[in-house]
Amino acid sequence: MAIPFTYVVRNLWTRRLTTALTAGGLALVVFVFATVLMLDAGLKRTLVTTGELDNVVLIRKGSETEIQSAIARDQARVVETNAAVAIGADGSPLASKETVVLISLLRRGDSRPSNVVIRGTAPAGLALRPQVRIREGRVFRPGTSEIIVGSSIAARFEAAALGSRLSFAQREWTVVGIFDAAGSGFDSEVWGDVDQLMQSFRRTAYSSMVVRLADSARFDQFRSEIDADPRLANEAKREQTFYSDQSKALSTFINVLGLTLSIIFSIGAMIGAMITMYASVANRVAEIGTLRALGFKRRAVLGAFLVESLLLGAVGGVAGIALASVMQSASFSTVNFQTFADLSFRFLLTPAVVLESMVFAVVMGLIGGFLPAIRASRLNIIDALRTNIGV
Amino acid sequence: MFVLRLIARNALRHRLRTTLTVVGLLVAIIAYGLLQTVIDAWYAGAQAASSTRLITRNSISLVFPLPLNYEARIRSIEGVSMVARSNWFGGIYQNPKNFFAQFAVSPNYLDLYPEFVLSEDQRQAWLRDRKGCLVGRQLADVYGFKVGDVLPLRGTLFPGTWEFVVRGIFEGSDETKITRQMMFHWDYLNETLRKSAQQRADQVGIYIVGVKSPESAPSVARAIDATFRNSLAETLTETEQSFQLGFVAMSNEIIAAIRIVSYVVIVIILAVMANTMAMSARERVAEYATLKALGFRPRFIALLIFGESAVICALGGGLAIASMPYVAAAFKHFAGEYFPVFEVSFLTLGLQAACALVVAAAAAVVPAVRAAQTRIVQGLRAIG
Repeated sequence: MAIPFTYVVRNLWTRRLTTALTAGGLALVVFVFATVLMLDAGLKRTLVTTGELDNVVLIRKGSETEIQSAIARDQARVVETNAAVAIGADGSPLASKETVVLISLLRRGDSRPSNVVIRGTAPAGLALRPQVRIREGRVFRPGTSEIIVGSSIAARFEAAALGSRLSFAQREWTVVGIFDAAGSGFDSEVWGDVDQLMQSFRRTAYSSMVVRLADSARFDQFRSEIDADPRLANEAKREQTFYSDQSKALSTFINVLGLTLSIIFSIGAMIGAMITMYASVANRVAEIGTLRALGFKRRAVLGAFLVESLLLGAVGGVAGIALASVMQSASFSTVNFQTFADLSFRFLLTPAVVLESMVFAVVMGLIGGFLPAIRASRLNIIDALRTNIGV
Repeated sequence: MFVLRLIARNALRHRLRTTLTVVGLLVAIIAYGLLQTVIDAWYAGAQAASSTRLITRNSISLVFPLPLNYEARIRSIEGVSMVARSNWFGGIYQNPKNFFAQFAVSPNYLDLYPEFVLSEDQRQAWLRDRKGCLVGRQLADVYGFKVGDVLPLRGTLFPGTWEFVVRGIFEGSDETKITRQMMFHWDYLNETLRKSAQQRADQVGIYIVGVKSPESAPSVARAIDATFRNSLAETLTETEQSFQLGFVAMSNEIIAAIRIVSYVVIVIILAVMANTMAMSARERVAEYATLKALGFRPRFIALLIFGESAVICALGGGLAIASMPYVAAAFKHFAGEYFPVFEVSFLTLGLQAACALVVAAAAAVVPAVRAAQTRIVQGLRAIG
């Protein structure tokens, strides 16, 4: 027969301070663990939503990012006329030839400039990214020095408010609109007219191209045609793959650093749980003896103490996740090591993160409580009953 | 003496509990020290920067180059002693994961960097070989490069596979210098571009400007930028240190996060330590009451508890500080790729000691106050 659950709960409740301190230590570790997972989930979400499934990005072979890449005008024309490219309502191919460079801008409350992606595009580029919506103002007019900025750029960079002027490449550019890109990577970009930007940056070649496929299933054929064409030196990737590849280094870094820290910290918290559980056993030697004398099996005693430590872990887990959920309102921005550009993303609490954090918390509790529970179950009845209380 | 013995005996009464607490403290304080050192390592590049070097780059951003003819114009500015060229190459060695810096530099580059020590033979060998390159000691150790090795790089900015021959391995003048980089001839890059991509030739990524005296650096920087104002490629000139700090600043939220987390670990261990002290004090309520009945003041009881906390924290903290050099060496062995410079500073050791002290004091406050205030009769009646 098992020892009643209420007995276990009451034991934790009687020693409130100790329970709170131990669970608090566990909660902090769970907090660190959960925020790391949330950060990674946020980064992945941001970069996956940046890509549309049917869109294909083309860059120069050997390049890793749009910044490094170059596509000549004649090459762009060859790609545009491929049969796999969808045709828009106006009869022209759904393709956007773009120039992507970095400019230095000052962040709000920061004396040092950060690199921001500025993308030269055309109305077709906006049509290819349905998630991009103008929130304030209007779209830039082609052929003018007008630019629009992503919502996280507008929020974080002083000079990027609606109506303000940015000066770079010997020209003044007016911010005429702020767009919202549904939390995707485009929120961290500035967009303008491709021809105007290329002229001011004195570039003769595009950086990259985005095309919409008429039929998603034709991707492999499209890619091999691009590969095989001797006029081209380009590489085609699905937009989603392209953007998630770009976050690999940052994602690995966040994971390695965060998980290493969580594991080191968890040693501290598990030791805390172990101290608490050993004390819990030591304080109740006579009680355990009585339970055994009443006929409860060793297994039942072991179970009761394991449940107690498990509960301790669970309390820490819930508190840690509650603490971490507060972080959802915060956003995080850093330089992406692969593109050298500033990227901002949110802490995202997904069901998977909750589950993993809870499992982590319970496992910490169990490991901390395992040895003490064994000691409790091994106690000899006679010795235990003879023991003075409080030793 | 008697007090000290009593405190020591108290601390050792529960061997297992004390051992566990000390181990917890050890882990936490080492973790704190490592995190502080990671932050230091982040700033290592800026720390090593010289005050007599300026970096001139395109004011739009680093992506845009500067024309080659700027070199002569910068050299003619008052206070400039030397001008070197450097282009970021951005090649991939075997796998994108093997990231290290590669620069195409002019031959006088090394004169501006006295902290890179290279033997005269190797220097001559490099100068004589157009395809020759130099690698730093840290880089050579990671990939096992030796003089005479062929080092192929796949260009991401400059298409094609480029082959270089290692002609020399330079050392850092001391431990804090980052030598995890590779340099080759700017002329080799430029001549290849003249053949393959004419419009990209004769362009320089950044100019490194040596100034005659550190005091004149700000005025020289202003003079350079003034020279090229309203030209096709406006420049931004800053000291090497602020140039490096610009890179650090781009990831400053990561650094802020590491900083916060390094304090979280202290709070975690504070919870563990406070728990230990609370349990010990609760078990000894009757004992403390007896001491009070014998005539000891409440202050004495508080002293006992603070002393015990201090003994345990001193053990944990002392062990942690003593083992820091070994832990740092082990960490460097595993993560040297990311942190070429990983030196534990005295400040870090001091902070670790301070943390142990704070934890010791904070953990003992509540139990000490409680024990001091408990009335004798209540205390004697208490059971564990």
